[in-house]
Amino acid sequence: MLTEKGGLALAAAALAFAITAQTPAFAQDQSEKEIERYRAMISDPFSNPGFLNVDRGEELWKKPRGKKNVSLETCDLGEGPGKVDGAYAKLPRFFKDTGKVMDLEQRLLHCMKTIQDLETKDIVKRKFSPSNRASNSDMEDLVGFIANKSNGMKISQPLSHPEEKKMFKIGEALFYKRSATNDFSCATCHGEPGKRIRLQGLPQLNKPGPDAQLTQATWPTYRVSQGQLRTVQHRIWDCYRQMRMPRVEYASDGVTALNVYLNKMAEGGELAVPSIKR
Amino acid sequence: MRILTIAAASLLAFATLPAYAEDKVDQAAVEAVYKDMFRNAKDVWAQRVVQDETQKVCSQYRNDLPQAEFNKVLAREKANVKMPADGNVMGDWKAGEKLAQSGFGGRFNDKPGTINGGNCYACHQLTKQEVSYGTLGPSLLEYGKVRNFDPKEAAATYAKIYNPQSVLPCSNMPRFGHHQFLSEQQIKDVVALLFAKDSPVNK
Repeated sequence: MLTEKGGLALAAAALAFAITAQTPAFAQDQSEKEIERYRAMISDPFSNPGFLNVDRGEELWKKPRGKKNVSLETCDLGEGPGKVDGAYAKLPRFFKDTGKVMDLEQRLLHCMKTIQDLETKDIVKRKFSPSNRASNSDMEDLVGFIANKSNGMKISQPLSHPEEKKMFKIGEALFYKRSATNDFSCATCHGEPGKRIRLQGLPQLNKPGPDAQLTQATWPTYRVSQGQLRTVQHRIWDCYRQMRMPRVEYASDGVTALNVYLNKMAEGGELAVPSIKR
Repeated sequence: MRILTIAAASLLAFATLPAYAEDKVDQAAVEAVYKDMFRNAKDVWAQRVVQDETQKVCSQYRNDLPQAEFNKVLAREKANVKMPADGNVMGDWKAGEKLAQSGFGGRFNDKPGTINGGNCYACHQLTKQEVSYGTLGPSLLEYGKVRNFDPKEAAATYAKIYNPQSVLPCSNMPRFGHHQFLSEQQIKDVVALLFAKDSPVNK
């Protein structure tokens, strides 16, 4: 037997149920709105721990290290020795001294070896800080610092040198290359507009436009779920993990080639890094 | 008329193609870079980097095959489908639902012995209850119901999950049975999830 009060509560509950759980489509919209709200909430640069990496990166850039006990401040990132401003917006690019197209990580490792005579084996070993523990990656810090120095600038992928063109074509081919136990390629998830994996929206990355711009212009990013600043190297490494592929070698030419391709699709995207993401 | 449309379309495509798209890809260079990306992979992991014929041709044509290649892939993939020896394709839908939810298994950081999941919800809507579903594949709501719970359709679905490319060459869906990513029993369980009358898919 229901009391009047109990009956009312039941009616109210039924009404609430009718409002909040009407249809799966409605619940779907609500979940997406909540995710949007969460994203907006964490997108506050003043509370973004990624800027701690930027500060540490600047220290590392200026700190004398290696057998030669010198800093990285004479390293040429493409804009001239020691010039950091705007360098990230134009990487990867061809470097005459190595005869290779290099991304930021490859170039930094090159400068550590040639300028500082620094043992990079240990640096590469600490390429990714462990999730949700103390940060220990020089590379995450340095990339955070240098990328941040291109903030507000537009991605402008150099493609005039034949080697840069070649790397673009290789990157494009890698994007469509299907393999392993699940037949996946980058294009499986990022080849069409407006798709989702579970509730996560998937950017289309094989077409020039806002999807690619927004993606490439927001890495490196502070990943809340991992409690670390993550770079494009980590993003691609993690994509291949999900694709059931073996570990991608850090700072390998394949990652650089993919980056040339992705940055060309993202041409004109305005860098805002480090960003903050789930 | 059709030729005209194609001509117009290709003209339009050409007009919008940036200069860099005209260069041909150096396939040997692609292979060298690709190999180097995974140079420390050993044993079964090294095997994963080696493409089979179907993966090669789907990569080359970006999943859009010319008719002759389409027919070749279809014939090859059809031939490798192994139906269950006992002739029964229906397993336990509750086990199937668990598999549909699980994205575990097959990744280099999964613990040895991890049971591979089908991860169906990553790409498909299956039940009204689960709102966290992806849209890379079509919705499978009421999959069995709209097929009148026809046993022949259930068998065809087993074959499709075992090897989607036996039906559609270069389908984005993994060839779960062909790669032995899912076992015979696991595929039966997923078929049951789609075809059992009391499965939430058909409610």
